[in-house]
Amino acid sequence: MTAVWTIVRYGLEEALRRKVFAVVLLLTLGFLGLFWLGNHYAFRDLSGVQPPAGIDARTFAGSFIFGLAMFATLFLGVVLAIFLTIGVVRGDAERGLLQPLVVRPIGRSSLLAARFLGTVGVCVPYVLAVYFASMGITGSAGHWWPDRIVTPGLELAAAVALVAALSLLGSVFLTATANGIAIFMVFGAGLVAGLLGTIGHALSSHTLERAAKIAAYVIPVEALYQDALGQITADTHGVTRFVLELGPFGGAYIGGTPVRLWAVAYLGIVAAVALTAFARRDL
Amino acid sequence: MTALAVSGLAKRYGRVDALRGVDLEVGEGELVGLLGPNGAGKSTLVKVACGLVRASAGAASVCGAPAGSRDALRSMGYLAELFRFPGWYSADEVLQLHQRLSGSTGGEAERTQLLELVALRDARDRRVEAMSKGMQQRLGIAQALVGEPRLLLLDEPTSALDPVGRRTVRELLESLRGRGTSVLLNSHLLSEVELVCDRVAILLDGAVVAAGTPAELAQARGVEIETDEGKRVYEDARREDAPRLVAELVAAGRKIYAVSVRTSTLEEVYLDAVGGETS
Repeated sequence: MTAVWTIVRYGLEEALRRKVFAVVLLLTLGFLGLFWLGNHYAFRDLSGVQPPAGIDARTFAGSFIFGLAMFATLFLGVVLAIFLTIGVVRGDAERGLLQPLVVRPIGRSSLLAARFLGTVGVCVPYVLAVYFASMGITGSAGHWWPDRIVTPGLELAAAVALVAALSLLGSVFLTATANGIAIFMVFGAGLVAGLLGTIGHALSSHTLERAAKIAAYVIPVEALYQDALGQITADTHGVTRFVLELGPFGGAYIGGTPVRLWAVAYLGIVAAVALTAFARRDL
Repeated sequence: MTALAVSGLAKRYGRVDALRGVDLEVGEGELVGLLGPNGAGKSTLVKVACGLVRASAGAASVCGAPAGSRDALRSMGYLAELFRFPGWYSADEVLQLHQRLSGSTGGEAERTQLLELVALRDARDRRVEAMSKGMQQRLGIAQALVGEPRLLLLDEPTSALDPVGRRTVRELLESLRGRGTSVLLNSHLLSEVELVCDRVAILLDGAVVAAGTPAELAQARGVEIETDEGKRVYEDARREDAPRLVAELVAAGRKIYAVSVRTSTLEEVYLDAVGGETS
């Protein structure tokens, strides 16, 4: 167990020393600053807005702008997760960093699991911190709070953990650059599928909606994000709800327990494939 | 117990046979040198022995445990040909990391001893990124020695070292032999191997083409006799012919100042074995 925690600590130290961590921190500070400005002006001018009948302007503005922050949180978390994991196996092996660790009696599966835990140990606190900071900004500026406080944040964190797992799996087969491109494309494909679902929802196209739903399950990062978006207005109904389901960057659909269970199973499958492939890989 | 036993070992990368039925043993406290041109399969053999590469056929065991198993890894230390440590770690932190990973209980005393062994005591707190390539290589050797392994697998351990650094490593290898540690040394430096190794195996195209002690491998190259008329070389003569040749020269009135039996150097043995192949 000591050896596993040693690798977890090694991964954490490596993550915190990488320039990408500092870059993401700077981007985050920039984002939160701009987000505060956006909230300030949006809610200051809210009294002058005459929304269409049936739409609650404060709920609409609050959830829409906070949904935007959730997208930014997910995106920044994904950037962090990918850059911390893209080269863990093949990249580190090519640089000669991996071999001295692998020949220690800790087992390849423990090594990979520890690297995953190390990445999650950085990314999950980061995502939760940005999520709650954004919520605090919207809440203090607009006096609007999401219907579910904790669950959406945990789902965003879980989505980022899934991306980290996918990136670790990719790192077994691909060079760091190829893996980074591949995982960003997978993430982007999920977002595009979500947008297609939104368009299908607006046009009442069940085919598009079904295709988007299947895509969201193939890449459950998107399904978790959609569920998280849905959770922030879980108690909102009527026209406001319909408009909010269009979402700023993809639909807000409550997937509930099945989505979360599938995400856990998906993580298990990705982990099993990654561990098997790593165990068989020549270094 | 045999420290490393390899039998019928084969490794195929796609269509390329890196190893073709290699048999090799490293006994307890024995220092075995592995020689061969680039691409002969030396690094692949070492990697199979430490579990980095899976064999296509055959078997390898370390101190009785299958190569790559935890028991095998607990018994060995390894220095890769191409390796790197995180640049932000100090020499002491690198050794601490490997102590924790190997389960060594040696603590600070072990780290101090290892840094002294590789002449890095004064660089204990220096970050890896501030070290020269040679210092990093010596640190790599110290890392391989963490936990007092019974078998040490060294893949080109002196490639980045200056003559003084090489001498330090050579003395270190000799002291390890004195402590009963077995070593498989993969090196291009024939003189180094000849100086320290008990036995040598020469690989060519994934197969062992010559093996034995340096003395066994050395071939007779005649007898040289220095007389009052100068040096005379009898190229076809063997060691057993020397007394007769001396007697004949004395009977002919020559004065004998020196007699030496000429044998091939390891370099000549190597070049004969690989046929001038370089890669």
